[in-house]
Amino acid sequence: MRGALVPAILFACGLAGCGRVWNDPYPAEDRGKNILYSAFVDRPKHLDPAQSYTSDEYDIIQQIYEPPFQYHYLKRPYQLIPETATEVPHPKYYDAQGRPLPGDADASRVAYSEYDIRIREGIRYQPHPAFARDDKGEPLYLSLPESEIRSRYKLSDFPRTATRELTADDYVYEIKRLANPQLVSPIYGHMTEYIVGLKELGDRLKRDNDALVAAYQKRYGVSDPGRPWIDLRGYEISGVKAIDRYTYRIRVRGKYPQFVYWLAMPFFAPMPWEADKFYSQRGMNDGRNLTLDWYPVGTGPFMLSENDPNSRMVLDANPDFHGEAYPSEGDPGDAQAGLLADAGKRVPFVERIVLTREKESIPYWNKFLQGYYDSAGIASDNFDQAVRLNLEGEATLTPEMEERGIRLRTSVATSTFYLAFNFKDPVVGGLNERAKKLRRAISIAVDWEEFISIFANGRGIAGMGPLPPGIFGYHDDAEGYNPVVYDWVDGKPRRKPVAAAKKLLAEAGYPDGRDARTGRPLVLYLDTVGRGPDDASRLNWYARQFAKIDVQLEIRATDWNRFQEKIRTGNTQMFFLGWNADYPDPENFMFLLYGPNGSQDGENKARYEDPEFDRLFEEMRNMENGPRRQAIIDRMVKIVREEAPWVWGFHPKDYALSHTWVSPTKPNKMARNTLKYVRIDPVLRERKREEWNHPVAWPLGLIVLALALLCAPAYVTYRRRERRAGKPGARTPSGAAA
Amino acid sequence: MIAYILRRTLYAIPILIGVNLLTFLLFFVVNTPDDMARIQLGVRRVTTEAVEKWKAEHGYNKPRFYDETAQGLGRVTNTIFYEKSLKLFVFDFGNADDGRSIRHEITTRMWPSLALQLPVFVLGLAAYVSFALLMAFFRATYLDFGGVVLCVAMMSISALFYIIGGQYLFSKVWQLVPISGYAGGLDAWKFLVLPAAIALVGGTGASARWYRTLFLEEMSKDYVRTARAKGLAETAVMFKHVLKNGMIPILTGVVVVIPTLFMGSLISESFFGIPGLGSYTIDAISAQDFSVVRSMVFLGSVLYIVGLLMTDLSYTLVDPRVRFS
Repeated sequence: MRGALVPAILFACGLAGCGRVWNDPYPAEDRGKNILYSAFVDRPKHLDPAQSYTSDEYDIIQQIYEPPFQYHYLKRPYQLIPETATEVPHPKYYDAQGRPLPGDADASRVAYSEYDIRIREGIRYQPHPAFARDDKGEPLYLSLPESEIRSRYKLSDFPRTATRELTADDYVYEIKRLANPQLVSPIYGHMTEYIVGLKELGDRLKRDNDALVAAYQKRYGVSDPGRPWIDLRGYEISGVKAIDRYTYRIRVRGKYPQFVYWLAMPFFAPMPWEADKFYSQRGMNDGRNLTLDWYPVGTGPFMLSENDPNSRMVLDANPDFHGEAYPSEGDPGDAQAGLLADAGKRVPFVERIVLTREKESIPYWNKFLQGYYDSAGIASDNFDQAVRLNLEGEATLTPEMEERGIRLRTSVATSTFYLAFNFKDPVVGGLNERAKKLRRAISIAVDWEEFISIFANGRGIAGMGPLPPGIFGYHDDAEGYNPVVYDWVDGKPRRKPVAAAKKLLAEAGYPDGRDARTGRPLVLYLDTVGRGPDDASRLNWYARQFAKIDVQLEIRATDWNRFQEKIRTGNTQMFFLGWNADYPDPENFMFLLYGPNGSQDGENKARYEDPEFDRLFEEMRNMENGPRRQAIIDRMVKIVREEAPWVWGFHPKDYALSHTWVSPTKPNKMARNTLKYVRIDPVLRERKREEWNHPVAWPLGLIVLALALLCAPAYVTYRRRERRAGKPGARTPSGAAA
Repeated sequence: MIAYILRRTLYAIPILIGVNLLTFLLFFVVNTPDDMARIQLGVRRVTTEAVEKWKAEHGYNKPRFYDETAQGLGRVTNTIFYEKSLKLFVFDFGNADDGRSIRHEITTRMWPSLALQLPVFVLGLAAYVSFALLMAFFRATYLDFGGVVLCVAMMSISALFYIIGGQYLFSKVWQLVPISGYAGGLDAWKFLVLPAAIALVGGTGASARWYRTLFLEEMSKDYVRTARAKGLAETAVMFKHVLKNGMIPILTGVVVVIPTLFMGSLISESFFGIPGLGSYTIDAISAQDFSVVRSMVFLGSVLYIVGLLMTDLSYTLVDPRVRFS
């Protein structure tokens, strides 16, 4: 018993050292500091802006890197504003002979568009050893002998840091990096179609890189993890050049109004050549992770000061940040929502952001409730605890959440999830009436409202076409409902009855779900990745939807790799997919149905092809937003609704919770650099944490007591046996008579 | 003894080649280099050209086992298997498929894993042996019966139940320790105490029951009867004779796991947010990162072989009858 007491006493003493709150996961010295606490689930794969392309990576690097433009935090529809640039430029258009064209020139006449981007003077990079110079003004760490690198393992092992001013050359350098064969940028292929000279640069770099790598490997061996540095300053790209210290020009093929949105993504953030060279020195990546992919170098409001993606990532306020004011204007209602309370104040408001990795939802949710995360999403497991839906279907917080002062923000994501038909399939594909009616019948039968209610806790809205809310061209009124699938009843769309679907099915030649020509039952095939028990209910639901119209559905479940391969090769009949917006333009959704994109590498996975739709797309994609563009979009949406290449699934709704000490925030589906606008009240947070976290110590005593009670019968039995052992006729433990 | 160790080390080489070959075959049955490239590049706007570039950059654009276009030895050496496997034997793990150093990950993540596993191992061994000895001491009584029932009940409960139940009670309801997370240095204790306690309790059933069986087997041997016949107290019989001799089979199962303590726990580390090698392996499997998977399998095999060797060596310490041959 004494053995159990000692650790219990030590444990209690240790916890007593934690103060009034025992379960605080953060260091005691951080209490009361102006730190924003949040979590991440998956470790980011890339932090290099030329390679990074996922939302969880953007959550980090968009706080660090600054492309020339950003989205206005509050205004809707989404609006581009300068970030490091002085203004958002209007492109200049030229014809094939190089003659200037007016701003409203027809796309067919435009051979090139030119964007002149001027950045502000005086913007400086975060402190970094790559900029450090010795007393003679020579770079201190850019030509280190390998022996010196071998003794350094972290960025902080390079004691001297410095900064330098941002120049237009840094933006040009980053565009060249997109073509660097050592990086494999995901947008390189797409951008070669537009940026003049990028493909040629990529080809040249590939040739030179092959020769450099061959020489490098000959010297250091094939398996050396390092790579020779390619000094991109020595390479010209015909379509991109710095005009002066603060201005650079990008020449784009044809008219591509959406190009400016790409310039708000980290792919087009500046990269100082010094950083590229610094990290390319041999030995930096040899067991050290001293790479641009691990330690970003930017001009943004924060800099990554601790990178342990297995556990936590820490962003500190950049002491050299050029400063930015909180927006002074917003949408109607923003002022009442408290979103303009900080108007004009200098951002960022917090001195540090601590992001902790939480792979499981239970600890994540409980730490949020205990006040250790300032905000959180809602997993399905916790939905009922956090949110209830009223009779109108609106989400409100439960009394428990309201009591804690927690705020709920909901927003429809600029995403769409859809059930696609393979347009090359002989049964469900093609523009013939038979297949068209079959697809329409299925579109009516698959009840997405029910799906959202059962599988997404009501978090989503049924799709009426390819465009999600928040994108130009989307109608949220009576004009926006899909008459192929819905009737307009009592001021809102109502899904057509199953009888209507059955009628269409019969007209398609499948009365009662049987092929009228052969009498055989109609069997359709859905390819999916879900195979586990968690997916069974969802797959059963799909089968039930088809059974409503007497169609048999065969589920072909496979793994993700095979699923992707089947879609790529067109070896599928139906499949479920989704798309998140790159930028807030209808072109970014309509291109998913554009015929020429139906190749193996294209994003038109359904391989849908309609000559009229394609013609309208080519016209629409190059237009500025306006009534004429709206009319074309309406026509395109009408075509695809009637031809139904997708069953218009749903647009998910994001639910986010934040504590009362966090300033009101507005969901922004395009921008992920919004942590600079978040303000917290650390004093209130500390008070609430103490209020919500009272350690209950008596169970520890109870456990010790229970252990003692368990030992007691053993002790009693032992004593009894010892006493009995000495008596005549007593039995030994082995059972023999003594 | 040195000759014995050398001989065993040489035996290990074909085993490790076999393990590596098996890992390679199993992995590439499920994944092609194209799949790996697409996992790393994402699903948006990925072109065949980008996939080819990724494969070339990561050395996956070569034949898997045999290069018909090469000459001489190059037919074998200019292959994915050769290039990815050979360096493992000098513990050069290279980079993960996302470009990050595996060695860096292993050297930083092994300590949190060890910090969790070592106390569980030491305290667990003491607790399980004590419990098993108690049950054996009180064999054929209600105490023994109750202990066995308790062990079977504890074995039957899923490890996840212990984890979720422990988190619920100790972190959510009683708010005694953080529910998840990790900190370096001495601050780690408050994050480790709950997962360690849960692992300790969760392992009690199976281990204590097994050790009890071993002790009971020892107790039926002649030397125990002789000890009793010469009038030794039952406690002396148990602790001086049965425990000592029972430790030989226990060592078989215990010493072998000592080197693998570095490898961590797959489930606990994920639930408690401990950045160890267990969660690294799980992440690599879900990300289809072959470089990490093969490194971890190789490392696990090496440590297991080391454990087996240590077991054999430890026999000579506890049983003078055992000699190297």
